[in-house]
Amino acid sequence: MLQVNNINVYYGKIHAVKDISFHVDSGEIVSLIGANGAGKSTIIHTISGLLRSKTGNIQFLGKDISKTEAHKLVYQGLAHVPEGRRIFLEMTVMENLEMGAYSQGKVNTNDIADVFERFPRLKERQKQIAGTLSGGEQQMLAIGRALMSHPKLLMLDEPSMGLAPLLVEQIFHIIQELNQAGTTVLLVEQNAEMALQIANRAYVLESGHVVLSGTGKELMESDRIRKAYLGG
Amino acid sequence: MQSKKTVVSKMITYGMVILAFVIVFALDQSGLISRHMRSMLVPIGINIILAVSLNLTVGFLGELTLGHAGFMSVGAYAGCLFSIYTADLLPLAARFPLAMLLGGIVAAVFGIIIGVPVLRLKGDYLAIVTLAFGEIIRSVIINLNFTGGASGLKGTPQDSTYPITFVVILIMLFVIMNLVESKHGRAITAIRDNRIAAEACGINITYYKLLAFVVAAFFAGVAGVLFGHNYSILTAGTFDYNMSIEILVMVVLGGMGSIRGSIIAATVITILPEALRFLEDYRMLIYAVVLIIVMIVNASPRFTGMRDFLSPKTWIAILTKKNNGKEAA
Ligand SMILES: Nc1ncnc2c1ncn2[C@@H]1O[C@H](COP(=O)(O)OP(=O)(O)OP(=O)(O)O)[C@@H](O)[C@H]1O
Ligand SMILES: [Mg+2]
Repeated sequence: MLQVNNINVYYGKIHAVKDISFHVDSGEIVSLIGANGAGKSTIIHTISGLLRSKTGNIQFLGKDISKTEAHKLVYQGLAHVPEGRRIFLEMTVMENLEMGAYSQGKVNTNDIADVFERFPRLKERQKQIAGTLSGGEQQMLAIGRALMSHPKLLMLDEPSMGLAPLLVEQIFHIIQELNQAGTTVLLVEQNAEMALQIANRAYVLESGHVVLSGTGKELMESDRIRKAYLGG
Repeated sequence: MQSKKTVVSKMITYGMVILAFVIVFALDQSGLISRHMRSMLVPIGINIILAVSLNLTVGFLGELTLGHAGFMSVGAYAGCLFSIYTADLLPLAARFPLAMLLGGIVAAVFGIIIGVPVLRLKGDYLAIVTLAFGEIIRSVIINLNFTGGASGLKGTPQDSTYPITFVVILIMLFVIMNLVESKHGRAITAIRDNRIAAEACGINITYYKLLAFVVAAFFAGVAGVLFGHNYSILTAGTFDYNMSIEILVMVVLGGMGSIRGSIIAATVITILPEALRFLEDYRMLIYAVVLIIVMIVNASPRFTGMRDFLSPKTWIAILTKKNNGKEAA
């Protein structure tokens, strides 16, 4: 479904992503894990068109999207939940969801009902200004907003960031549910344990390189990962 | 699609403008308005158009531009030259609207020329480039022959009247308020709110930035035509940096993104210097102080509470709630 081939991304002279290739098959959950500054967000931004790779290409559903403008990708079924809960802080919860349906042309009330069913908390707070939501609620809203565009591939950048363990578990559970309902997921995480648990496959990044890859299970059992990411 | 609240809010804005016009018109008919006061009506209207249109870029889109006077000047010259050359050919009823349309279009074209390269960039380049544009266009006009050069353009028919200005204000309010409340307007405010999220939703950032910027430039151009047809002589020196700042002060004072606020602030700021003539030398100083005070007030929670209480939004919310209650009963 998604095929990333030999991308190299720079910020001026900083070489943040070094010749990385990976792929996500339809129906999978694929995790990218790595420490701070490993280049995870850079990769996501490059796929979503906010940054450009100097080399290689990115194929999505058989089409080369490496030169597609960022705002066009959502129409092709690629949704991006950026790092740090990028929601519309000045709008209400409901208005945020409506903006999420922007690419659909019309707001489908069934879609909103679906999101509310998955996140009952958002339903209670539908008229609240998003900027006043708690961190966890904002993350739910960010995911809900992305779902409004009927994504085929959902890219989540650190959905667990700053959340209490219980809420992290809840969010990961919802990601799994979404996946079972047919959405392919590309998950970027520092929380390696959770990310590996739910992943079909995963890639481990270190300073811009892919250093390891395999099934979630394989990686969880690997010594190197246990030492570096799983605390023993 | 529009909620009851926004419809009520729009009606209040139209009502306010129409009421003000009716009062002024009645007073004028009964001879209660002095010549001096009368001469200020068109400038007030022009400033309202300038402030509301600038609010579209600064308030709704959230991009700082410092060249509104520049767009006004290209519109003014285009419209005035048109009127001078067609004065004998066309009747007033056709000439003046055409002049305004032309002035608006010329300003909009300049808006596109500046906006296309600059609005693609992230960051505050727009402020710098529009500032430069305003200054450059002024020197260009002064150094051209067909614009009358430094001595100014003479011979424009003085067609601007306050009823015409009033009609233009209504048209502008109609266009801008509908734009702001439409799906496009939502996209524009979404960009201000969160650029990356807006892009992730599928909003074409460059297109909408350009749309807001060009519509604002268009109305600045129309205001320029009204301005040019209000005086016997048009000089490029009028449209300087200070003028752009003055319009910006109106927007900030009236509240970013508040159309009613811009209307009121434009009126007050046009009248105030006349009323306080003796402070003329300190005008720019006073603006600077006012801007600082507004920023402090906007940031202070205690004042925010007071402002919310005074804001019509609060009252509209209360009123519409009451009505809803009645309907339900
Ligand atoms: N805008 C930028 N300008 C310059 N360097 C940047 C920029 N954004 C990121 N970098 C650098 O690129 C590298 C990769 O950053 P990236 O944000 O992709 O890391 P990450 O893996 O997402 O980290 P985290 O887990 O902390 O979010 C880092 O060294 C970072 O300092
Ligand atoms: Mg990151």
